[in-house]
Amino acid sequence: MKKYNAFYSVPYVLWLLLFVIAPLVLIVYQSFFNISGQFTLGNYQDYFGSGTYLRMTFNSIWYAFIITLVTLLISYPTAYWLSQTRHKQLWLLLIILPTWINLLLKAYAFIGIFSQAGAANRFFEFIGIGPQQILFTKSSFIFVAAYIEIPFMILPIFNAIDELNPSLVNASRDLGATNWQTFSKVIFPLTLNGVKAGVQAVFIPSLSLFMLTRLIGGNKVITLGTAIEEHFLVTQNWGMGSTIGVVLIVAMVVIMFATGERRKKGGHHE
Amino acid sequence: MKRKWYDWRNVYLWLVFLLLYAPIFYLIFYSFNSGTTMTRFSGFSWQHYAELFADTRMIEIVLDTLLIALLSSLLATIIGTLGALAIYSVKKVWLKNSILSLNNILMVSPDVIIGASFLIFFTFLGLRLGFSSVLLSHIAFSIPIVVLMVLPKLNEMNHSLIDAATDLGATNFQVLTRVIFPFITPGILTGYFMAFTYSLDDFAVTFFVTGNGFETLSVEIYARARQGISLEVNALSALMFLFSLLLIGGYYFIEQYNSSKKERRRNRMGAKLIK
Repeated sequence: MKKYNAFYSVPYVLWLLLFVIAPLVLIVYQSFFNISGQFTLGNYQDYFGSGTYLRMTFNSIWYAFIITLVTLLISYPTAYWLSQTRHKQLWLLLIILPTWINLLLKAYAFIGIFSQAGAANRFFEFIGIGPQQILFTKSSFIFVAAYIEIPFMILPIFNAIDELNPSLVNASRDLGATNWQTFSKVIFPLTLNGVKAGVQAVFIPSLSLFMLTRLIGGNKVITLGTAIEEHFLVTQNWGMGSTIGVVLIVAMVVIMFATGERRKKGGHHE
Repeated sequence: MKRKWYDWRNVYLWLVFLLLYAPIFYLIFYSFNSGTTMTRFSGFSWQHYAELFADTRMIEIVLDTLLIALLSSLLATIIGTLGALAIYSVKKVWLKNSILSLNNILMVSPDVIIGASFLIFFTFLGLRLGFSSVLLSHIAFSIPIVVLMVLPKLNEMNHSLIDAATDLGATNFQVLTRVIFPFITPGILTGYFMAFTYSLDDFAVTFFVTGNGFETLSVEIYARARQGISLEVNALSALMFLFSLLLIGGYYFIEQYNSSKKERRRNRMGAKLIK
C-alpha cells in the first residue's frame, strides 16, 4: 500500500509545508526587518525598551484574564445545570446556535443596544439610574467579548461534566459530604480538564479581538490583536506587527503549557 | 429530587439563554422597523428587506461569500480526508504525534496571526490579493478541522475489515472505495459542514488577505457597522439567522444519523455478547 500512501500524502504534506510552516517561518523572519526593509533587531528593542508596548501587552493580558474569568463564572453553573436537564443535548444545541451567527452581526447588535437611546439606556432610565455612556467604554468591550465567548466555555465544561461518573457524586453524598464539599472536592477537580480547555478556547482569542475593540471599545482598549492589525493594515509597518505577532505566539504557547494539552476547539470564532 | 419549573437553577438557565439570544432577536425585531434607527420602533414594514434585495452590490457579496465557502470547504474536505488517511497509515508514534501537532497549529492560533502570516506569505509569493488569496486561506484554515473529524472515524474502524478485504483479493483502490470510504463518510460530511460554516463565519483572516475590490459578507458588515446603523444589515442578519437554523438542522441531522448508526452497532455487539 506504500505507493498509494505516497499519492494521497502529497496534497496534505504540501499544505503543511506551505500554509503551516512557511507562514510561521515568514512571520518570525519579517519581525527582523524595519519599516524601510533593513535587517535589524530594532523591533524587539522597541518592543521591550518602550513602556508603551509593554503596557499595552500587560493591558491586553489583563483584559483577556477578566474576560476569561467573567465567562468562566457564568459558564460553569450553566454547564452544570444544563447537564442535569432532560433533553440536555437539545439545550446544548441551543447554546451553540448563537455561535453560528456571524460575530460581526452580534457586535453590530450591541452597537444598537448600547447606544445613547438604545435598550440598555432605556432600562437604566426605567430603574432610575438615568442614561449612561455605555458604548465605547472598557466595560462594554468586556461585556460583549464575554458574551461572544460564553458558548466556547460552556461546551468543554459541559462535556467534562457529562463524562463524570454519577456514582462518584452519590458516593460522596452517601459518605456525608455537604453539597459544597461534594462540589469542591469531587465535581470540580474531576471536571478541571474541561475548565482548562475552556480557558484555552477563550483566553487566546480574547487577546486578539481587534474588531470588538474598534466597534464596541471605541479604541479605548488596545489589545495585541488591535496592534497587529494596525501595523499590518494601517501603518504598513509589517516588521513591528510581526514582532508583536511573535510575542502573541509565545503567549499562546505559554498558555497551552500552563493549562496542559489543548483539546480541539469547541467551535469556530474570531 | 423533584424539580419545579420555577427552580432557581432553571431561572438561571433561562437568564443565560435570554442573554445569548436577546441581541439576535433585537436585530431581527428592528429589521421590520419602518423607521431607520435601532432604538425607536415606528411601525412594521418590509422596506429594509426590499432595499436588501434591490442592493445588487450586497447580493454579489453574498454570492461571492457562498462561492468561497462552497469551493473552499469542498477542496479542504478532499485534502483533509487524504491527509487523515495519510496520518492513519503512519506507523511511527512520534511522527504521527508531530504531524498532528502541526495539523492543530492553525486550529489554535489566533486568527490575527493566521491572517497576518498569510498576508506575508502571499505577498512573498507575489500573489495578487483578492478572490484567490481568500479562497486559498479558507482552504488552508479548514483542512485541520476536516482531519480532526475524519481521523476518529478511521481509528474507530476495525482493521480486520481491511485485512479481510485484502485477503479476499481486493486491490488497494477497492479497499479504499468499498471498505474505508463508506465507513468514514459520516466524518467526511461533518468535516464538510464544519469547514463550510468556518468559511462563512470568518472575518479576521479574510480581512487581512482580501485586498481591495473583493469582499466577503463579514468584511462588508464590519465596514458598514463602522459607519453606524443601517437597518439593511438587520434584514440581512434575520435572513442569515434563518440560514444558520437550516444549517444547524442539517448538522444535527448528520449527527443523529451518526449516533443512531453507532447505537445500532453497539446493539449488535451487545447481542453478540449475550449469545
